Amino acid sequence: MSSRFLGLRITPLTERRLDNFRANKRGYWSFWIFLVLFVFSLFAEFIANDKPIIMSYDGEIHFPVFVTYPETKFGGDFETEAEYRDPYIQELIEEKGWIVWPPIRYSYGTINLDLPVPAPAPPSAENLLGTDDQGRDVVARLIYGFRISILFGLILTIISSIFGVAAGAVQGYFGGWLDLLFQRFIEIWSGLPVLFLLIIMASVIVPGFFPLLAIMLLFSWMSLVGVVRAEFLRARNFEYVRAARALGVSNAVIMFKHLLPNAMVATLTFMPFILNGSITTLTSLDFLGFGLPPGSPSLGELLAQGKANLQAPWLGISGFLVIATMLTLLVFVGEAVRDAFDPRKAMS
Amino acid sequence: MSARLLNVDDLSVTFGMKDRNVEAVRGVSFEISRGETLAIVGESGSGKSVTALSILQLLPYPRASHPSGSITVEGQQVIGASHTVMKDIRGDRISMVFQEPMTSLNPLHSIERQINETLILHRALGKKAARARTLELLELVGLQDAENRLDAYPHELSGGQRQRVMIAMALANEPDLLIADEPTTAVDVTIQAQLLKLLKDLQARLGMAILLITHDLGIVRHMAERVCVMQAGEIVEEGLVSDVFGKPQHAYTQALLAAEPGGRPPPRMGDAPEIMRTEGLKVWFPIKRGILKRTVDYVRAVDGIDLSVKAGHTVGVVGESGSGKTTLGMALLRLIRSDGPIQFGDKAIQGLSFSDMRPLRREMQVVFQDPFASLSPRLSVGQIVEEGLLVHKLGGDYDERRALISAALAEVGLDPETQDRYPHEFSGGQRQRISIARAMVLKPKFVVLDEPTSALDMSVQAQIVDLLRDLQRANDLAYLFISHDLRVVRALSDDVIVMRDGKVVETGSTDTIFDNPKDPYTRALMAAAFDLQADETGVVRT
Repeated sequence: MSSRFLGLRITPLTERRLDNFRANKRGYWSFWIFLVLFVFSLFAEFIANDKPIIMSYDGEIHFPVFVTYPETKFGGDFETEAEYRDPYIQELIEEKGWIVWPPIRYSYGTINLDLPVPAPAPPSAENLLGTDDQGRDVVARLIYGFRISILFGLILTIISSIFGVAAGAVQGYFGGWLDLLFQRFIEIWSGLPVLFLLIIMASVIVPGFFPLLAIMLLFSWMSLVGVVRAEFLRARNFEYVRAARALGVSNAVIMFKHLLPNAMVATLTFMPFILNGSITTLTSLDFLGFGLPPGSPSLGELLAQGKANLQAPWLGISGFLVIATMLTLLVFVGEAVRDAFDPRKAMS
Repeated sequence: MSARLLNVDDLSVTFGMKDRNVEAVRGVSFEISRGETLAIVGESGSGKSVTALSILQLLPYPRASHPSGSITVEGQQVIGASHTVMKDIRGDRISMVFQEPMTSLNPLHSIERQINETLILHRALGKKAARARTLELLELVGLQDAENRLDAYPHELSGGQRQRVMIAMALANEPDLLIADEPTTAVDVTIQAQLLKLLKDLQARLGMAILLITHDLGIVRHMAERVCVMQAGEIVEEGLVSDVFGKPQHAYTQALLAAEPGGRPPPRMGDAPEIMRTEGLKVWFPIKRGILKRTVDYVRAVDGIDLSVKAGHTVGVVGESGSGKTTLGMALLRLIRSDGPIQFGDKAIQGLSFSDMRPLRREMQVVFQDPFASLSPRLSVGQIVEEGLLVHKLGGDYDERRALISAALAEVGLDPETQDRYPHEFSGGQRQRISIARAMVLKPKFVVLDEPTSALDMSVQAQIVDLLRDLQRANDLAYLFISHDLRVVRALSDDVIVMRDGKVVETGSTDTIFDNPKDPYTRALMAAAFDLQADETGVVRT
């Protein structure tokens, strides 16, 4: 009577939800396209890199993607890491072996030193989408930028959801003064001008991936508090919760086992949209120049370059297309998730 | 045939699309003449209400459809009739009173406006004339102080008063047929008696026919001339009430008639130890007013109750809704705050902290009223029953716990194999058994039963009552049995407390209270519950 999904036993309700998710064709396909793109970008080092994936030298197999080899190992002159893009080094290696390159021979920071025109260079066979104003390959920067945006968004979403759900749960379950004071605190806290504070803080702390994440977390955890609190407030007087209390079940267990599943519907429905919001915030900070440190592959920075170099439209257009595709896919997925959890569709 | 007001012939109703069809009603035929009362009885899910709603074509079409049958109102075919035809019939020639007085009035409109609506629509009355007619109607249905109530909103009225307003609305255009769909299920017995009396009076005065839909055989006996017994979408027996009830032909009718909860608690020895005792128990909820939220007064939900429950005995608590019965039960279990000493066994438990209470919770359990709300929909039956074992660290490892769960499910008459299924796969009666199993698996000494039978069908009620009695005998349990249903209370209780407005009206052994009630309020309650007689002396509210 019970079906299985990915090898796990699922309830009929979950099965109906999966059916609803699949029934939203647009969202279902967006989900798969997004997943493929995301997994693809996770292996960015194997797709766009200035180091070979694998090579043979002197009968030995080397993995420059993972291991740093000094140039002297291949008969070069310096103790520093081998500059594999250098034709001289390539010659040295190919004399005694072979090289397998990634499809794109540029990493996000690699500068094309052989540009025939001043940077930013237009699209060519060497740089498919051209280069930015520092001579870096746009395709490589897009792949890495996509990855860092999604990862940043995902981490921010998951951590802020955990905090948000916990805060909402405690407020809704205990109610009373705790709820009242916490709500007022959130009202004040959410009234703070986030972007201004980020800009001020960015001048005090060196902005990197994790400091930025921490700062944004300070303000992003509030998005779920409202819905979760409402769900707990409603459900704490359910008879099965009272029955659990009469059994002597502790508050923490009641909240986890009986109430949290109720709130998960709202949480999961909101999550894709929070993810979108996080990505947008990061992009806008990068665009303003207060985001990730200089040199990082970031979509916002590419947009800023597009704005500064209107004579090079490939910068702005490619940046825009990637961001638009990413956000659109996520919104479609979010719509499908919302459909899947819609009680009118799942319960009937 | 033209004397027939309503003719229903071979009516079928099907719900759903494509492959998931549910046949709610199959080949039902009956007719109603002018001025007569026909009752349709049956358990929940037997298709009574669907039949009634299809007469007014109020089903969710096109999800519902009629594969066969015809419904004619004085020769006029109703099935598939146009909107204009239906508008003429609905609310004018046939009107309806619904079950739930809380939700069938619009909370945002005043009483006057809601009744005026039908008058203005069907009679094209002016505003003044409509107001006069509304007032006349409200006086007709016996709403006290009707003139001042015209501008009242539904929340300002009690359940009984709301149902009176609903009836006034239905009568606004002097219909030929009134369909009353469980009109008294949601109100107290005393109010029920008043409403039934009102319907009878109105019928005599206005000469309308009534189609009464109910699950309560007592009401049928009291109100109707003819009765149709429905089971699983079909009419299994039809005839004069005296014939059907006197010599039931069909096995289902016989079962239904035999199903009224009966029996008495077995006689006891008088010297059982006391399990639960309280004196002068109070639960007062403060009423706060003003900016500073000063407490100006209290709602005295429970106001000085003395109570003593002995091991193996049952104390019944009866009273109307709002009398504080449930609050009393919750206070005894220390689930809400209260004042006054509570003695459980040899321990004083008033004021104990949550963690100090926890070991005692194993011995005091509760079964709630609504078997649909009291089981978490996301846990399997096994997990639901297991929860108490986990909290109190009983039953060692997984296999041992599973065995205990199986035993508890078997004890309440369920197949132990069902423990991996989810609550929604069970019927109301089975779900109530699961609730009982959840309480019983801990082997408690004292169980609060908070209206455990009132959401169930009559035949299931009788089974649950038998089950509770068996469990009590087997485990020497003490029950606090809270109910508004006096028949069930009589079947289970040794002693009875009659509550009203948080106070005890009368207390004593079950036999004394039921056979020889002293207080006029108790007498009115008994008359309403057993003979459906409305009280004339004025001790009961309207």
